[in-house]
Amino acid sequence: MYGEPRFLLAGDAALVVEFGDEISPEVNHRVHVLAHALEQNPFPGLGEAVPTYRSLLVHYDPLCLSFEEAKTFVLDVLGKCEEIPLPEPRLVEIPTVYGGEFGPDTEFVAEHNGLSVEEVVRLHSGATYTVYMLGFTPGFTYLGGLPEALATPRLPTPRKLVPAGSVGIAGSQTGMYAITTPGGWRLIGRTPATLFDPARIPPTLLRPGDRVRFVPISAEEFHTLMEGAKSGA
Amino acid sequence: MALEVLEPGLLTTVQDLGRYGYERYGVPVSGAMDQFALRAANLLVGNPPHAAALEITLAGPTLRATDKCLIAVTGADLSLRVNDWEMPPWMAIFVRQGWTITFGDRKSGCRAYLAVAGGIDVMPIMGSRSTYLSGGFGGVEGRALRQGDVIPVGVVPFHLPERAGRSFPSNLVPDYSDAPEIHVVLGPQDDYFTDEGMATFLSGEYQVGPTSDRMGYRLQGPEIAHKGRADIISDGIPLGAVQVPADRQPIVMMADRQTTGGYPKIATVISADIPLLAQCLPGQSTVRFEAIGVEEAQSRYRRMMKALEEVR
Repeated sequence: MYGEPRFLLAGDAALVVEFGDEISPEVNHRVHVLAHALEQNPFPGLGEAVPTYRSLLVHYDPLCLSFEEAKTFVLDVLGKCEEIPLPEPRLVEIPTVYGGEFGPDTEFVAEHNGLSVEEVVRLHSGATYTVYMLGFTPGFTYLGGLPEALATPRLPTPRKLVPAGSVGIAGSQTGMYAITTPGGWRLIGRTPATLFDPARIPPTLLRPGDRVRFVPISAEEFHTLMEGAKSGA
Repeated sequence: MALEVLEPGLLTTVQDLGRYGYERYGVPVSGAMDQFALRAANLLVGNPPHAAALEITLAGPTLRATDKCLIAVTGADLSLRVNDWEMPPWMAIFVRQGWTITFGDRKSGCRAYLAVAGGIDVMPIMGSRSTYLSGGFGGVEGRALRQGDVIPVGVVPFHLPERAGRSFPSNLVPDYSDAPEIHVVLGPQDDYFTDEGMATFLSGEYQVGPTSDRMGYRLQGPEIAHKGRADIISDGIPLGAVQVPADRQPIVMMADRQTTGGYPKIATVISADIPLLAQCLPGQSTVRFEAIGVEEAQSRYRRMMKALEEVR
């Protein structure tokens, strides 16, 4: 973590506030704190603030503000951050079928780490994760907090299609595919939860900063929940 | 009032100024590639600047008006014809019921914007009517127009012929070049590149690669050297960001860009020059980059927006 955040130019209509050059809960927490503080203290010309692992991309309207003016406003809010604590994070449970056709790489993850499949499931569903950021594709969820014993490199060649709801591991991260896309994460399970729905506001089930737990379910429960989601129940 | 699609053209989509406020959920902004042209078209037909219009790519569609309407076509010059008469672009044109709107040869640019008084009235998704093709939402069922589509147009609060014949001041019509000089503001990761790499980027000629699309313009030219790693911890991607992956060829991130990415960004194309880049032809146009300060970039953008205001 940097002693002082860095301000970077991101063109003439956005700036980046960078808190560090590492993926860590402390750095990511500061990103969410500033995002929240800006939401609570908007200034004229402020656009959306987009949180990522270690920085916040702040859009502003160059018709209202120069870069220096925008930076001054953001610095001012940064100074007030301690007075604006983040609300208690939401804890969202994600029902997930592990292994088999739903998580075709579960055995690989187990073997790679010298574990049994049961241990992989127990470790993965035993941790509480933080939504570091959403990005890459609509609703793709990057989670921090993967037990180190589960870290596994990506696939050498990405799959052409990863089904929506897939839960995967890439290096020391875990995450979820919200829509069906190509992807190279090792897949260990799938959730029937609708992670992204463009007709919903907000469109994603999860938001940056949320806490997440995976709850193991059976294939039968998966299909029942999927049917429920389709019929709008 | 609606527009019937008799022929869809190469790639015709509904676009407005974009879908803002959902990048934190991973939702791309989308919207018109050339927002100056979209704003001008809307202005000519009396629409608010954010009204949705058709973005037409290279080979235009054939449309039929189900009722009288007022249209304007701006951006690329694709040889507009109304009821088989040649008509000038950048002008409000009164169209009678049953008349067809067609396009011919490309004379300049890559993307034309067809605005209709009342705006294209498809259902907004997350506050915008823009089509996001890879996500499959917005516009008409999240896709490009097809033959047989009937595109609804909103209600018009004024008498149409009043505005017919209004044209955009010719001195304000951009000169779409096939070899423009594009201005950039350096950063946010310019410190990832060697001095030589930076000099290469700012002196080389880059061809707009044939696979360039609404997501990104893939450029081909002199290799830009990184100091070390060619990846970063993923961060947010603003419009016009120039990513340089390990193959050392720059990609300019355009309207349908992903919200986050892990390649270092050497520079960002200035807002005022995005339209010039958007009108470059994949596989044909070439560009050169020049770095300017952020203050100068912002004053160019203000001048561009002021020009539109004066037309109003």
